[in-house]
Amino acid sequence: MGFDYFGERFTAACMALGTSSFADFLASCAPSLLPGAAPQAGRVAGGGPGTGLDLPHATTIVAADFDGGVVMAGDRRSTAGSMIALRDIEKVFRSDDYSCVGIAGVAGVGLELVRLFQLELEHYEKLEGRSLSLEGKANRLSAFVRGNLGGAMQGLVVIPLFAGYDAETGQGRIFSYDVAGGRYEEHKFHSIGSGSVFARGSLKKLYTDGMSADDAVTVCMQALYDAADDDSATGGPDLIRRIYPVIATVTADGFRQLTEDEAGGYAQAVVEERRRSPTGPIAPLHSQQNE
Amino acid sequence: MTMPFYVSPEQAMKDKADYARKGIARGRNSVVLQYDEGILFVAPNPSGALHKISEIYDRIAFAAVGRYNEYENLRVAGVRYADTRGYQYDRADVTARGLANWYAQILGTIFTESNKPYEVEIVVAELGESAADDQMYRITFDGSVADEHGYVAMGGQADQVSTVLKERYSEGMPLSGAIGAALAALAGQGNGEAPGINAGQLEVAVLMRGRAHRAFRRLTGARLEELLAAAGGGGAG
Repeated sequence: MGFDYFGERFTAACMALGTSSFADFLASCAPSLLPGAAPQAGRVAGGGPGTGLDLPHATTIVAADFDGGVVMAGDRRSTAGSMIALRDIEKVFRSDDYSCVGIAGVAGVGLELVRLFQLELEHYEKLEGRSLSLEGKANRLSAFVRGNLGGAMQGLVVIPLFAGYDAETGQGRIFSYDVAGGRYEEHKFHSIGSGSVFARGSLKKLYTDGMSADDAVTVCMQALYDAADDDSATGGPDLIRRIYPVIATVTADGFRQLTEDEAGGYAQAVVEERRRSPTGPIAPLHSQQNE
Repeated sequence: MTMPFYVSPEQAMKDKADYARKGIARGRNSVVLQYDEGILFVAPNPSGALHKISEIYDRIAFAAVGRYNEYENLRVAGVRYADTRGYQYDRADVTARGLANWYAQILGTIFTESNKPYEVEIVVAELGESAADDQMYRITFDGSVADEHGYVAMGGQADQVSTVLKERYSEGMPLSGAIGAALAALAGQGNGEAPGINAGQLEVAVLMRGRAHRAFRRLTGARLEELLAAAGGGGAG
């Protein structure tokens, strides 16, 4: 369907006083461009597992904070039913200079959600001349997730994980969501997606307070390996094809995605270790009391 | 019943144009010019918060002179246009040419259909892969568009400013040289501006080649002082 940029409705809306929210702007003058307004929404019987449509699903995302920042990592597999849909999908994204977002669930809906969210943050920044606060960003994302509730009820479920650097506290913070738009601040670490149960167990045993960024990346890599070990929908590091998890850190210096070589380095180290000890690092039986 | 006086369309348009020109001439002039690694924007502006120069999109920036509320309105509209277009298609599909045409349409409609024309003049510039691909469009209050190369001046004394720029500008000049040229052009504009403009009085921004995502950067504080000093040293003769 065409869209008339020179039409009176659009130009008048552009010139009108109003919102700094891109999503609200589109809803007011070009709702047909918004993801929820796709004509087929409301007609599809469902896209979730077990329904007729085997849509590609994104799987496991992990995040952990460290001293002065936060790291987020995602495996590269997307599955459609029992089939591998993609081996190299990316599910962790820069949302702006000081935050990142990962998605689990129906990949198509999730990628669109991320695209709109990225633009929402940039749009606000350009119009207002300053970025939203980290809480403000987390709340905007919450509204977007809630906006997909109708789709979620039909099986098009997607859940983001949001993390960023809070300049006010100098710390990394992590936010998780439910399909109704519920927003929960997570402390220390969190994981979402089909392999999240295994990943979270791993994170719980490996996470230590005030880790270095380097250690936090290794912890996330171990957690993803454990998730891939027990969840068929999560992909492990693919050394043959050189496809490694996407890893991003957010610190006072901003968002940084590790290069393929860097991520490969961490992945190969973990794989090498597992060759010797397939279950990975073993946590001590009792907490260390000394120190 | 009173009958309105007949005013010929020519007269009506001329009156509106005079009104707009007068309004624009009350403010200061601004310049936009290419340098070796991008496009430079310089505007005398004592406010650090109310901008005359702004980012529109990844590689597109906007500069304006005239009434603040009117060009601010146009800036917001431009961001909305660009973001909508980039969202519907792709980021690469947002172009200065498209935006300039869109602005021209809007300004043209306002000029002909409303009683009060906008008292603004704007420049939309897009950074290309190389200097040859850079684009600069100057759009005036009545919706006329001019495709400019090298440098462009806006404001009531745009002609005088252009004359100085023409002398000082050379293709592929470095940033400090470009700032020197801009300052010389703005200083000669005859509105009481002393040649020694300090950083607090200037709004300076660039579209910088080689930036990965968003090319627009404001130059402020120490970095600007440094450039002004370099420009002053080079242009003393």
